[in-house]
Amino acid sequence: MLARRVAQVVPTLVLVSLLVFGLQQLMPGDPAVILAGEERGDPVVLAQIRSELWLDRSLPVQYLHWVGNLLHGNLGFSWRIRQPVSELVLTKLPVTLQLGVMAFCIALLIGIPAGIFAAVKKNTVWDYLASFVGLAGLSTPNFWLGIMLILLVSVQLGWLPPSGYVPLDVDWRQSLATTIMPAFVLGNAIAAVLMRHTRSAMLTALDQDYVRTARAKGLTEWRVVLRHALRNALVPVVTLGALELGTLFSGAVLTEQVFSIPGFGKLVVDAVFNRDYPVVQGVVLVTAFLFVMLNLIADVLYVVINPRLRVA
Amino acid sequence: MSGMARSPARLAWARFMRRRAAVAGLVVIVIFVLSASLAPLIAPYDPIATSWSAVRKAPSAMHWMGTDENGRDVLARVIFGARASMLAGVVSVLIAAGIGVPSGLLAGFAGGWIDAVLSRIVDAMLACPFLILAIALAAFLGPDLKNAMIAIGVTAAPVFMRVARGAAMDVAGNDYVEAARALGNPPWRVAVRHVLPNIIPPVLVQGTLAIATAIIAEASLSFLGLGQQPPEPSWGSMLNAAQRFLIQAPWLAVFPGLAIFLCVLSFNLVGDGLRDALDPRQRT
Repeated sequence: MLARRVAQVVPTLVLVSLLVFGLQQLMPGDPAVILAGEERGDPVVLAQIRSELWLDRSLPVQYLHWVGNLLHGNLGFSWRIRQPVSELVLTKLPVTLQLGVMAFCIALLIGIPAGIFAAVKKNTVWDYLASFVGLAGLSTPNFWLGIMLILLVSVQLGWLPPSGYVPLDVDWRQSLATTIMPAFVLGNAIAAVLMRHTRSAMLTALDQDYVRTARAKGLTEWRVVLRHALRNALVPVVTLGALELGTLFSGAVLTEQVFSIPGFGKLVVDAVFNRDYPVVQGVVLVTAFLFVMLNLIADVLYVVINPRLRVA
Repeated sequence: MSGMARSPARLAWARFMRRRAAVAGLVVIVIFVLSASLAPLIAPYDPIATSWSAVRKAPSAMHWMGTDENGRDVLARVIFGARASMLAGVVSVLIAAGIGVPSGLLAGFAGGWIDAVLSRIVDAMLACPFLILAIALAAFLGPDLKNAMIAIGVTAAPVFMRVARGAAMDVAGNDYVEAARALGNPPWRVAVRHVLPNIIPPVLVQGTLAIATAIIAEASLSFLGLGQQPPEPSWGSMLNAAQRFLIQAPWLAVFPGLAIFLCVLSFNLVGDGLRDALDPRQRT
C-alpha cells in the first residue's frame, strides 16, 4: 500500500512541472523583448537572449532542457536580481519556515483545546460560540487582521514593532518580537481548521466503546477525555494538519507583505512586480514540491501511528 | 423532474430556515447584492470624485466612514467596492464549477484511465498553494479584474472536480442509474439526465463556500495590485492604500476590511447551513 502511495508522487510531480512550465506560455509578449529593455530594437541582442534561454527551440525541447536543469537542482536564473533562483529560495525559506513553525505552534495551542472543549460541551452555548469564533477566524482575510493588529498593538499600544525582521541567530528576543504578530495572523486561520477537525474527531472518539469502558471503570471525566479519547482523535487531526501547509504558504504571501518580512511570500510578490518570472515559477515549484513531500510523510506516519492499518 | 424534486427541495429549504445563523448570513448577502447592484442610487457621493478640501477627514455626519487620502467618500467606495467583490466571487466560482463539474462527472462516471489522468492533474494543481498559484496565474496573465477572476476560477476548479467526482461515483451505483442504463440510454445521456441532477446538492454547498474563498482571494489579489485597478474602488486595493496612513487615518483600514469580513462570513454561514439542510446524514 505504501509503495503504491510513493509511486503516485512521481506523476504528480511531473504534472506540477508541466503546469509551472505552462505558466510561461500564458505570458503576453515576447520574454526576450521584455528582457532586452532599452536594446529591444537590436536583433543581435534579441537573438542572443533567445539562444541563451533556449527560447529559439521547440516547446518540448525547452521543457526537457528545463526539467533536466531542475533535476540538477538548477531552478533557473533570476532576470532582475541576477542570482540563481535556488540561492534566492534558500536564503528566504528559513524566514518563512520560522514564521510557519511559530504559526503552527500557535494554531495547535488554540485549535486543539478549543476543539476538545467544543466537543465535550457539544450542543451548548459554548459549542456554538467556539464554532462561530472558528468560522469568524476562517472568514477574516489575514492581511486585514495583520493591519488591525498593527493598528492596535503597535500604533495604539506601542508594544511591538509594526514591521521588519530580525533573524533568530542575530537576536532571538528581537526576532520573536518581530515575528509573533505575523505568526499569530498566520496561525489564526489554521487554528480554526484544526478546531473543526478536532471537534468532529473527538465527537467520534467519545462515542466509541473503549470510552464507555473507561467511564465505566470509574475514571474521572477529564482523564477519559484526555487520555482515552484525545489520543485516538489526534491521529486524523495530525494528518489533516499537514494539508494546511498550503494555507500556510498562501497566508505567508500576504502576511509577509503587510509586516515587511523578507521571506518566501515577499520574494514571490516582489518577483511578480519586477516581472521576474523565473523566480515566480521557482517559488510555485518549490512550494508544490514541499507540499507533495509533506503529504507523503503524513500518509506514511498515519500508517505507522495507526496499528490497524499496519497489517493491511 | 420539477414535480419529483419539489418536495425534497422544500424540505431542505425548511431545514435551512430553521438555522438562524444561516438565515442571518443570507440576509447580509442580500443586502450586499442590493448595494452592489443599486450602488449609483444609494451611494452618498461619487466614489472616484476627489476633493482637495476633504482629504482624510475622520468619520462624521457628512461622511459616515470618513474620507480617504484623495478626499473621496469611503462609504461610497465601500458600496461600489461590493461590485468588484461580488462579481469576482460569483464569476470565478462559475468558471471553477464550469471546468470542475463536467470533468468530475466524467471522471466519476467513466472511471478507468480517464479518471486516473484527471485525478492526477487535480492532485498536481492542489499541490500548488491556492493563493500562490492564483498570484502566479494573475501575474502571467497581467493585472486586471478580469484576469484575477480567471486566475481564481481556474485555481478553484480542482476542488469542484473532486466534489463532483465523489458525488458522481456515489450516485452511479444506484438502482435508477442501472435501470437507465439497462433501458439502453447512451452513457452521456445517463450521466447528464440521471447522475448530474443528483450531484447538484454537494456542488451547491461547495459553490457557496467557494464564493467566500474567491472573495478573499480577489481582495488579496487587489491588495497586491493584481486585481481591480485604481481609481475604480475595490476593498482589497482600499486596504492597500490605507496601510500608508495607519497613524493619520486608521478608519481607512477599518471599513473595507469589515466589509470583506462580513461578506465572507455570511457566505460561510449560508454554505454551512446549506450543507446541513441538503445532507441531513452529515449532521453532527
